[in-house]
Amino acid sequence: MMSGKTENRLLDVKGLTVEIETRSGPAVIVDGIDLHVDKGETLGVVGESGCGKSLTMLSLMRLLPNKIRVAKGEAHFNGRDLQRMSNRELRKVRGGDIGFVFQDPMTSLNPVMRIGDQLAEPLIYHRGLTRKEARARAIELLRLVGIPGPEERIQAYPHELSGGMRQRVMIAIGLSCDPKLLIADEPTTALDVTIQAQIVDLVKGLREKLGMSVVWITHDLALIAGLVDRVVVLYAGTVVEDAPVDALYANPRHPYTRGLLASIPKLSDAPASRLTSIGGTPPEPGRRPEGCPFAPRCPLAMDICRTHVPKLEPVSAAGGHRAACFAVEKAREAA
Amino acid sequence: MGAQPLLKIENLVKHFYVRLGAFGERAATVHALDDVSLDIVEGETLSLVGESGCGKSTTGFTILNLHRATSGQVVYKGQDLTALDEKKMRPFRRDLQIVFQDPYSTLNPRMTVGEAIGEPILFHKLAGKAELEGKVKALLTDVGLPPRFASRYPHELSGGQRQRVAIARALACQPKFIVCDEAISALDVSIQAQIINLLLDLQEKYGLTYLFIAHDLAVVRHISTRVGVMYLGRLAELASRDALFETPLHPYTKALLSAVPETDPEHERSRKRQILEGDVPSPLAPPSGCRFHTRCPIAMEVCSRVVPKWKEARPGHLVACHAVNGE
Repeated sequence: MMSGKTENRLLDVKGLTVEIETRSGPAVIVDGIDLHVDKGETLGVVGESGCGKSLTMLSLMRLLPNKIRVAKGEAHFNGRDLQRMSNRELRKVRGGDIGFVFQDPMTSLNPVMRIGDQLAEPLIYHRGLTRKEARARAIELLRLVGIPGPEERIQAYPHELSGGMRQRVMIAIGLSCDPKLLIADEPTTALDVTIQAQIVDLVKGLREKLGMSVVWITHDLALIAGLVDRVVVLYAGTVVEDAPVDALYANPRHPYTRGLLASIPKLSDAPASRLTSIGGTPPEPGRRPEGCPFAPRCPLAMDICRTHVPKLEPVSAAGGHRAACFAVEKAREAA
Repeated sequence: MGAQPLLKIENLVKHFYVRLGAFGERAATVHALDDVSLDIVEGETLSLVGESGCGKSTTGFTILNLHRATSGQVVYKGQDLTALDEKKMRPFRRDLQIVFQDPYSTLNPRMTVGEAIGEPILFHKLAGKAELEGKVKALLTDVGLPPRFASRYPHELSGGQRQRVAIARALACQPKFIVCDEAISALDVSIQAQIINLLLDLQEKYGLTYLFIAHDLAVVRHISTRVGVMYLGRLAELASRDALFETPLHPYTKALLSAVPETDPEHERSRKRQILEGDVPSPLAPPSGCRFHTRCPIAMEVCSRVVPKWKEARPGHLVACHAVNGE
């Protein structure tokens, strides 16, 4: 069951909607998201807290917390719909063809298990390695992610490692079964900037070496600028813009993306000048306004924005750049 | 706005004594802050940057006497604050305030916004009950919140709004000096810009002096007058904002600046980063000599033996590094 337009499509998510159960009935927190990742491509998924970026990725793997569920939508991975797979089939994909790296290695690593055993577990389960083979591969993986003295380190417990080292272990686990897709959810947010630079460098190097696709979820537009091929910007559970990386930074089309980029201090700013900020605050998850969710904060909002939801439509002639905004419509027709 | 220091910090040291091991059988010393000297000039924003555990927050806390200094002095209005007990410290607390990182845990969930902001005003007897309401509403307006927020509880507010309340509370007793301890770090980008603008507006309006503790160098570059770089409890470099960002002298500062990403894809793809090897060593057993020597790309033999002197390499540009000669 191929649903992607091209042979090259690895992940294709269509109309994904996630709901949370509340006392007053279900509330939509991810609203009909479309996104795709091509083979060998690195996609950045950007948004602020509560925009649904992590939930979207968790829902692909059906790893959602209680009371939160996928209401509709499809997610094809390598041509197969992840949402329709049996749990048994899905277990083969999780940690196998799709590797995960979570934000906080302190809570995602098992504190009472040696890191060598945690690395070996997926290798034995997914790849059928013997314990001895798995151990050898675990050492190799730790070396790959730049952990010194891997022969001794496999004996260590997570608390014996620094934050940067733990995050490297998480990456090693995510990579252990040679995934076709690595989903990294804010993997450097808890780390210091020099360690962050190490991890970004590491993933860049590994991506080229292993030829995998990467989805990098983050709130930091600067961090992914040199790392990704394409960026999807989320706001309040919807995709507001989807563009090749250079086009997004050089010519952002959605007012939210523009506001976000303007909020980040630049080297060229005059000292102590006032930053261009976006007024107001994002809607709480599940309490989205009618019409365009950004309309209450948008400097360009028109009447239609408060009543109708704009569709994600091409804004460039080539079609690779899409935005969901009524105000950019003119530009699109001209293009 | 003269160049006279508002606060003079001299050879400030803060060690924490901890017990390690499952039964606390091993005593150890955390060298959180060692021999830090700096002046904070009236009206400036002095930023302290560095990675976790470098002692930047400890510096802020120790200056305000929230941590008792192990040794050294903090001189404010001719008085060494480190010598004062809590009661004698009180009149000074009016002038010296702090805004913390986490606006969720620093506001009492059972107090309304108005009560939280009003408490320091009543404590320092700056207004009677009759004028209190007016003062609180003026403060809320100052930080960009509608006066009706006075009757709300913290859980009804967003993170950015709570941080505005925390700033209003710090402003309540008309301070001279505010420590902003990662005050914007927990906020989303679009909200962060709002709070930065607010801090700049308030500084202009009230002539405030800030000690701005942060790890985001883009933000620091934007708002600082001078910047100090700390590594493992010591100051590595201190200079005017432009000198620090344009002509950094210390190899750690250079590495730190090289690690900061920018929103320019072409520049980011082509730029050659200087990646530091390894992690920051433990402050329980800091390296001998220069504490950075274990990760320094240009370390020499002397660096592991001798602590480098804190010297003025150029006018107003201080650095602690054996490889940097004065000019």
